[in-house]
Amino acid sequence: MNAPTYNFAYLNEQTKRMIRRAILKAVAVPGYQVPFASREMPMPYGWGTGGVQVTAAILTPDDTLKVIDQGADDTTNAVSIRKFFVKTSGVATTEKTEDATIIQTRHRIPETPLTEDQILVFQVPIPEPLRFLEPRETETRVMHALEEYGVMQVKLYEDIAQYGQIATTYAYPAKVADRYVFDPSPIPKFDNPKLNDCPALQLFGAGREKRIYAVPPYTKVVSLDFEDHPFEIQTWDRPCAICGSRKSFLDEILTDDAGGQMFVCSDTDFCARQQNQSA
Amino acid sequence: MNPLLQVEGLGKTYGNRLGCEDVSFELQAGEVLAIVGESGSGKTTLLRCLSGHLQASSGRVLYAQRDGRSVCLADLSEAERRMLMRTDWGFVHQDAREGLRMGVSAGANVGERLMAVGARHYGHIRSTAEDWLTRVEINRERIDDSPWAYSGGMRQRLQIARNLVTSPRLIFMDEPTGGLDVSVQARLLDLIRGLVRKFNLAAIVVTHDLAVARLLSSRMMVMQQGRVIETGLTDQVLEDPQAPYTQLLVSSVLQV
Amino acid sequence: MYVAVKGGEQAIDAAHRLLAEERRGDTSVPGLTLEQIAEQLTLAVDRVMTEGSLYDREWAALAVKQSRGDLIEAIFLIRAARTTLARFGYTEPMNTKAMRVKRRVSAAFKDIPGGQILGPTFDYTHRLLDFGLTRDEKPEAAATAPADLEQTMPRVLEMLANEGLIEQPSAAAREPDDLTQDPLDFPAGRDLRLQNLARGDEGFLLSLAYSTQRGYGRTHPFAGEIRLGLVEVSFTPEELGFPIVIGEIMVTECEMINQFHGSNEVPPQFTRGYGLGFGQCERKAMSMALVDRSLRAGELGEERIAPAQDEEFVLSHSDNVQATGFVEHLKLPHYVDFQSELVMLRQMRADIEAKTRKAAE
Repeated sequence: MNAPTYNFAYLNEQTKRMIRRAILKAVAVPGYQVPFASREMPMPYGWGTGGVQVTAAILTPDDTLKVIDQGADDTTNAVSIRKFFVKTSGVATTEKTEDATIIQTRHRIPETPLTEDQILVFQVPIPEPLRFLEPRETETRVMHALEEYGVMQVKLYEDIAQYGQIATTYAYPAKVADRYVFDPSPIPKFDNPKLNDCPALQLFGAGREKRIYAVPPYTKVVSLDFEDHPFEIQTWDRPCAICGSRKSFLDEILTDDAGGQMFVCSDTDFCARQQNQSA
Repeated sequence: MNPLLQVEGLGKTYGNRLGCEDVSFELQAGEVLAIVGESGSGKTTLLRCLSGHLQASSGRVLYAQRDGRSVCLADLSEAERRMLMRTDWGFVHQDAREGLRMGVSAGANVGERLMAVGARHYGHIRSTAEDWLTRVEINRERIDDSPWAYSGGMRQRLQIARNLVTSPRLIFMDEPTGGLDVSVQARLLDLIRGLVRKFNLAAIVVTHDLAVARLLSSRMMVMQQGRVIETGLTDQVLEDPQAPYTQLLVSSVLQV
Repeated sequence: MYVAVKGGEQAIDAAHRLLAEERRGDTSVPGLTLEQIAEQLTLAVDRVMTEGSLYDREWAALAVKQSRGDLIEAIFLIRAARTTLARFGYTEPMNTKAMRVKRRVSAAFKDIPGGQILGPTFDYTHRLLDFGLTRDEKPEAAATAPADLEQTMPRVLEMLANEGLIEQPSAAAREPDDLTQDPLDFPAGRDLRLQNLARGDEGFLLSLAYSTQRGYGRTHPFAGEIRLGLVEVSFTPEELGFPIVIGEIMVTECEMINQFHGSNEVPPQFTRGYGLGFGQCERKAMSMALVDRSLRAGELGEERIAPAQDEEFVLSHSDNVQATGFVEHLKLPHYVDFQSELVMLRQMRADIEAKTRKAAE
């Protein structure tokens, strides 16, 4: 029986070309969701196939890849994806943000500021920010085309009417280049400010939903809000228990079943570096 | 002065079936026209063609915009048409559930049009919504309630508020009092009449109920089997109907 | 002093090794061979080929073995393998009329030209566990028919169509689209709908089909014809310029006769639903035909009120590989987003508490 052989980074060249064309369209129209013919990948839909396809399409043998999930390099899915790329491309990998040329991420933006030489690839489950108010693709497409985003403000209005504040804490919608409203993937709203005016190219891949979108370097990204209820990020009342940072997103770790908890940086690389610096 | 709406030879067919045919009339700013007929007369089809919900098969509709220029409805792009329907025009559905977002609060319903055209101050949007609820005689404390918690009459009034918040010039109404009981109807008609006068609204009201036509409109069109068979000042048509069908309609009303 | 959790990579490697052990099970028990799976679990292999969208019995048997019998997992393996294969092009349309029939029945007529051929089927068996199967005994030889089957059996629906009693099959106005090459868009043409349904989850389609029979969008179906057998596959290589037969595949085809329609121009006729799958998959082919007919509501002027008639709903949720991926992805870490929600919730509750205390004073 014949076993199949694999191209560099798994996808064949034709597929990579198709994905790159979609990426170029996405970069040309910031925030617009470009449909693409997502391929079946060896990992399940919903587990990062969109991000993996984008990374596979842009990866070169000279790249250095970092893969994180929830901000950490050592979470199981990040490990699995990193191993996939090592197996199918032999590319160099790193845990240090500043050494990476391509960073594939699920649900976080690294705390370390990015540079013009880097590309950040986001894994996206549901690319459509209007999906919760309008399940039909045919209708949401028209709404984007006609810039009909009133319904998004309605949702924020409802939150304030019901809870006294905007209740969205992750996948917080934002307007890109003053035109398209997009879903930045389920990053905590804490990370939204990093999207704005970022020196790196930010690419977003949704495999199951078959969409790619992009925020080119130094693009304006403004989170939606009201003038009298402005966008705010999360805060904690204590620093990271390991490195002492007061500026990073903190994970809550339950230490016992009597309510004991501690808070540590979600970005493990950042935390390690802060520790070394203070040491 | 250009009429607000100018309709020329408007018609709609569905394959072989006739919806409406050869309808022509003018509507001035601040004028209310009633389109009267039984079910199947084509009046709802006509209304939907006039309001841009349905594409006509023949004829045209000209609308005079705020800057004075007349534009043909069929020439508008999708974006322009949708913008028009959200700002300059209003549409009150017979079933309020079609004209409201049932899944959000009354306040959000009233505020949506404002937010759609760029309003970004929660406090202002909310107080504008409260004012409008009061104008349509809904207790402003109910601003956060879901429309599911409203009675039929209240939902209609909420629908009206939702439409009027952007100060439209022309409102289309499809059996606005249909399905409501008599006392609620009367109150609602009074409210509509008051708002039309106060805000100098033009309106086209489709109804099978001559009493509604008499109360709201200055002019009236009677339709039968897709065609306009009589038109004129409401009082005159009701006092002295010419066409046999109109005579039949008028005489069959017990109390006008 | 708290040390950050590490060792994810080692954990994954250990998990893979444990899985391999579990898969093999008790080593004193003989291991499954692919031949055993292909020969004796044929219907599992057929389903994996159909929904994996790849006709290869050996690979499908391997997938069934590797997935430990979890068929959706096996289908996933086949889909992923399919992606890596080179595409030579499209075959000529298959002529199922020239099928070497193993089984062929029609519920619409008592007898039909070519006959009602029962073939190998669970229909009419009594569902009693057969403990004779605990021993490996060779079954009695099945009787052979006194005469050969007719070479070509006319289609039941074609005979009806010749009388004008049923709509003609939809003519191909253009080259069919390819679901595996272009993203699905709505509204979708019937070609894409059928491709989507052929790959769709059998259980999902079964439930939707069942719902139509129970009143959620009734189509009054009759099983016009169900065929199972071998059909030739032809391909025209560029170098030759003419079609050559490259092999035979086993398919199941179902044509449903549905609610008649008429209009002012066309007198009333029955309408059609179509289903097709690899191997023997009658439940799938029949369900597919019923759902195909329901999804044609738009072009037949029927009101769309039932889930089986909702094109976006059906086609967006029929792919079990996509579905299981997304449902099971909930097992992935979501603690950052959950942390965000915790922060907000605690704050809201604190605000309410503060307000209540203040009101009490």
